[in-house]
Amino acid sequence: MAAIYSLYIINKSGGLIFYKDCGTKGRMDTNDSLRVASLWHSMHAISQQLSPVNGCSGIELLEADTFDLHCFQSLPGTKFFVVCEPGTPHMESLLRYIYELYTDYVLKNPFYEIEMPIRCELFDINLTQAVQSDRVALLGR
Amino acid sequence: MAPVGPRSGDAIFSSIDRVNAELFTLTYGAIVRQLLTDLEEVEEVNKQLDQMGYNIGIRLIDEFLAKSGVSRCVDFKETAEMIAKVGFKMFLGVTASVSSWDADGTCCSIILEDNPLVDFVELPDTCQGLYYCNVLSGVIRGALEMVSMKTEVTWTRDVLRGDDAYELQVKLLKQVAEEYPYKDDE
Repeated sequence: MAAIYSLYIINKSGGLIFYKDCGTKGRMDTNDSLRVASLWHSMHAISQQLSPVNGCSGIELLEADTFDLHCFQSLPGTKFFVVCEPGTPHMESLLRYIYELYTDYVLKNPFYEIEMPIRCELFDINLTQAVQSDRVALLGR
Repeated sequence: MAPVGPRSGDAIFSSIDRVNAELFTLTYGAIVRQLLTDLEEVEEVNKQLDQMGYNIGIRLIDEFLAKSGVSRCVDFKETAEMIAKVGFKMFLGVTASVSSWDADGTCCSIILEDNPLVDFVELPDTCQGLYYCNVLSGVIRGALEMVSMKTEVTWTRDVLRGDDAYELQVKLLKQVAEEYPYKDDE
C-alpha cells in the first residue's frame, strides 16, 4: 500500500504552521521540515514567475525517484502539501479534504490566531483519521 | 481527478451542519444589545460590528472556498454573483440579488429580500443611527480582502430604517495583485 510520509501547511508569508509525520519512513526533524517548507514556498513562487503563459498558479506536483510532492494552494494563499511514496493516488482529493478540515477545526477555533502555528487537537485527530489509507481510498470516489 | 466544479448554494446549504435560525437570530440580538450597553454610542457599535464581521470574514472565506469548490472569478461581476447566490445561501440560507452596476463594473448593490438576522427586531428611537446588520458588511469586506480585493461596503437601504429591502453597496477600491515582495531594485 502506498504510503504518505508527511503533511505540511505553510501560511501566506511562507512560514511553516503545521507539520506532521505520517509513518516511520521519511521522518524529519524540526529544522529540516522548516527548511523544506521555506524552500517549497520560494520554489512555488519562482515557478509562477517562470511560467511562459500567464495565470500560472505554481507547481502542483513534484515527482522524484523516491517521493511525490503534491501541493494545493488556496486562493487566500495558504499552501497545503503532502509528501508521499511515488504514485500514491487520490492526493489532490486528500489535500482538498484537509483544506476543509482546516477551515472547520482551525479557522473556526476562536483561540486560533490566524497565520500562527496550528495547535488544535481536534484538527490533529481528524487529520490522523483522514490519512489512514482506507480513508484516502474512499476520497477517490 | 477532475477539478471540483462550483456547487450551487442550495446543495452546500443542505449538506453542512446548521443551527436553529431562532437561536442564531437571538444570539446575534444579544450581541448587539450587549455592545450597545458597553459602548453606549451607536456609532461605536456600528464600528465594532463591522470589525467583528471583518474578523469573521477573513476566516470564513476559506470555508467558503473549500466547501463550494469555487475557484478564481474572472471579474468583479462574477465575484458579486458568487457572494449573492452562493455565499449568502451557504451561510445565511437566503439568496440575494445583484443590481445597479456602475459603468466600469466596480460598484454594485447586493439586495436581500429576506434577512434572518432581523426576524424579531424593531429599532427603538434611541438607536436610529444603528446599522443593525453591520456585521454582514464587515464579513464581505474581510472575505474579499483575503482574495486581494479591497472593497468598501455600505448599507444603502435597511428595512429597520423604513426602506423596502436590505441593500448593500459594494465598491471595489482596488485589486491588489498577489506579488511577492522581491525588492530586487532597492
